[in-house]
Amino acid sequence: MAQTKPNYLPRAVSRVQRGRESSLSACSFHAASINPFLKSLNRNLKPIYSPAPRPPLLIRRRRRSMAFSKDQLLARLQELKIEFLSCDHPAVMTVEEQAKYVGHLGGALSKNLFLKDKKHRLYIISALANTKVDLKILSQRLGLGKGGLRMAPEEALPEILHVALGSVTPFSLINESARSVSLLLDKGFKSQRYCLFHPLTNEVTIALTPSDFDKFLLSIGREPAYVDLEDCPVVGKDNPPDLAYLVPAEALNLPGGADKVPPTSAPAQTNATLEQKTKQPTQKPKEPSKEQKQKSGKDKINADAVADSTNVEKFVEKVLEKVSNVFISELSKQSNAEDGNIKDHMLEGVKQRVSSDLLSMTMTLKNSVYAQGFHAGIESTLYPLANKKIVERK
Amino acid sequence: MASTTGETLAAAEPIADGRTEEGEEEQVVNPWEVSAKGGKIDYDKLVDRFGCQRLDESLIQRFERITGRRAHVFLRRGLFFAHRDLSDILDAYERGEKFYLYTGRGPSSESLHLGHLVPFMFTKYLQDVFKVPLVIQLTDDEKCMWKGLSVEESERLARENAKDIIACGFDIERTFIFADFSYMSPPIYKNIVRIANCVTGNKIVGIFGLTLEDYGGKFFFPYIQAAPSFPSSFPHIFSDKYSKLRCLIPCAIDQDPYFRMTRDVAPRLSYHKPALIESKFFPALQGESGKMSASDPNSAIYVTDSLKDIKNKVNRYAFSGGQDTIEKQRKFGANLEVDVPVKYLNFFLDDDAELLSIKEKYGSGAMLTGEVKARLIEVLSEIVERHQRARAAVTEEMVDAFMAVRPLPRMFG
Repeated sequence: MAQTKPNYLPRAVSRVQRGRESSLSACSFHAASINPFLKSLNRNLKPIYSPAPRPPLLIRRRRRSMAFSKDQLLARLQELKIEFLSCDHPAVMTVEEQAKYVGHLGGALSKNLFLKDKKHRLYIISALANTKVDLKILSQRLGLGKGGLRMAPEEALPEILHVALGSVTPFSLINESARSVSLLLDKGFKSQRYCLFHPLTNEVTIALTPSDFDKFLLSIGREPAYVDLEDCPVVGKDNPPDLAYLVPAEALNLPGGADKVPPTSAPAQTNATLEQKTKQPTQKPKEPSKEQKQKSGKDKINADAVADSTNVEKFVEKVLEKVSNVFISELSKQSNAEDGNIKDHMLEGVKQRVSSDLLSMTMTLKNSVYAQGFHAGIESTLYPLANKKIVERK
Repeated sequence: MASTTGETLAAAEPIADGRTEEGEEEQVVNPWEVSAKGGKIDYDKLVDRFGCQRLDESLIQRFERITGRRAHVFLRRGLFFAHRDLSDILDAYERGEKFYLYTGRGPSSESLHLGHLVPFMFTKYLQDVFKVPLVIQLTDDEKCMWKGLSVEESERLARENAKDIIACGFDIERTFIFADFSYMSPPIYKNIVRIANCVTGNKIVGIFGLTLEDYGGKFFFPYIQAAPSFPSSFPHIFSDKYSKLRCLIPCAIDQDPYFRMTRDVAPRLSYHKPALIESKFFPALQGESGKMSASDPNSAIYVTDSLKDIKNKVNRYAFSGGQDTIEKQRKFGANLEVDVPVKYLNFFLDDDAELLSIKEKYGSGAMLTGEVKARLIEVLSEIVERHQRARAAVTEEMVDAFMAVRPLPRMFG
């Protein structure tokens, strides 16, 4: 993941992010001077991304869930040696509009649907512009019953995919927050020369080959799932839903309800002046969730500590490290410090030869100790009376 | 990634004993017999006939990417070479969806050889890298039915084999070992009957080649081997939260018929089809034409062999691809295709660079048979010694603990 520092936009601009309805022109000067990326857009200085705030200390164990920007995405594509054509244009909200600007590229335009099911699991369906997508049929094929698929709530776009309205794109899955979103791809993409998608903003379209697109997906740990979206098999007792395997395991906490919770607000946000108005109604739901996060963070630490202490491989690693450190320092006392490389090499060889045996012995120890504890537990429940005699096991 | 929706028993079913339409006997691969014309098994034909998929380089790389470490030597060297739906398991795992492992052994004899340990060594690797629970089925009832052992003898053998299995280094926090005779209980029996209601006698005859002369138990046993693929067979381990947990089954490819049947049944009981990862057969010391059999102690390296035994067996019985004389060897090099020590090193020598160097030198004649065999003896001795030490530390209490019907609270920890 790109390890860039979170880009804290100053207060003036964050007010822009909060209310798209508010006058943009007042802040445009600020934004342009501060963010060179925004400067490159000579039109609507709409905020393209909302950087996630620094997570609170306790749960920093998780990978930083930072929202990706268009530039970061394109940089990543370049890192992966993926060639793409990029075309800037005014913000487009429909495929027809998009076609006006990029139709000449000769690639396959995509329509991207961001959907949710009744159990709050999320899906992106990316189809060729002229593929018929019947949500009722897809819902059945996914095993969600009839009418199980709906459009995802608007708030989920910035919250989960970190893109604005009209910018849904498979590329948004590069974000950690979107890890449980399932992606269904029109199998028609595979036969196209180029596929056209928004790179996290609907003011740009990029074109890349289907195999490069697959390459990108594999790089973010996704196995591309190509589906015949127009197929309508009969789903019934003898025909299980054929796309059921694409239903995500995790449901996400979708921002719901009437109060619009701004994407950048979070318990640890230091911008105290933010949301003076919205602080009151959101105060109540925010507090318990903050406590919950802290508590589950503590539980997580405890569980991890126990897992570490019973982990045989970690144990052997620590033992070998300790021994090799001491060994090296003893050796250095004896001989010259110059043969550092030889010593390291020798140590690596020793470690390799001794690892398998150490692992086996430690696992034996763990199993023996567990077995003893297990039996002690059984005996103690079988013989609750303190003065009962212990029966010797043969 | 196709989840083989077109896979039906009728379509994929080869004739049980491998005879072609003309009545010619080609290779026979089923759970009770493995043999081939000319000795060499054609794995490509087998994969085609069974309808499973080959495990290719891209999947191995995926393994390494997901687990963050080098793939197990058995994967790298192609000993585990075929699979069914393995990519689905990996996809689900990447999404955060867990799975559990299921493997087993038919305890027909007390003496285990290295070939028997292969699936267990690989399963241990899978347990370690994915951090998932494992259930191990000891089919003492199967051996009672097929080998005519008494019930008591089968039970005893199952317990003895359990000790060797434990010595492979499974983690007791994540492993449940059970023998059919002692574990048969409402949850698993109900699943067995549910499965039995989905598969007719005709299908069993078609898959396993049984006839009406065979005892009825043999018709019923396949359902028993199928049941552990469904998590509801183990309610003490898998709560309602894991009621639809996926299952991955590492096994030798001759077990494929059982799980083809299971995969056919699974959707009807609304479970995921169990995924499989299958291995080739381990070559006997005498080479491809020989068979590893319990009756011939010199056909394999046993876990009870002393270091002297190993040295003796490898030197005297391991089929060599080297030339007859040293001069010829230096001139022409060895035939790596049939050389058994090189095949064994292929599976047991972890160091890729060293293996390559040995193959090059031996194939060109720079290295002699004796040297290759000496290296093999070193490698095998280390493995056997480690196993014996671990085996000695397995107590009856430990076996009881592994086999106790207990929850595994940190099975994914």
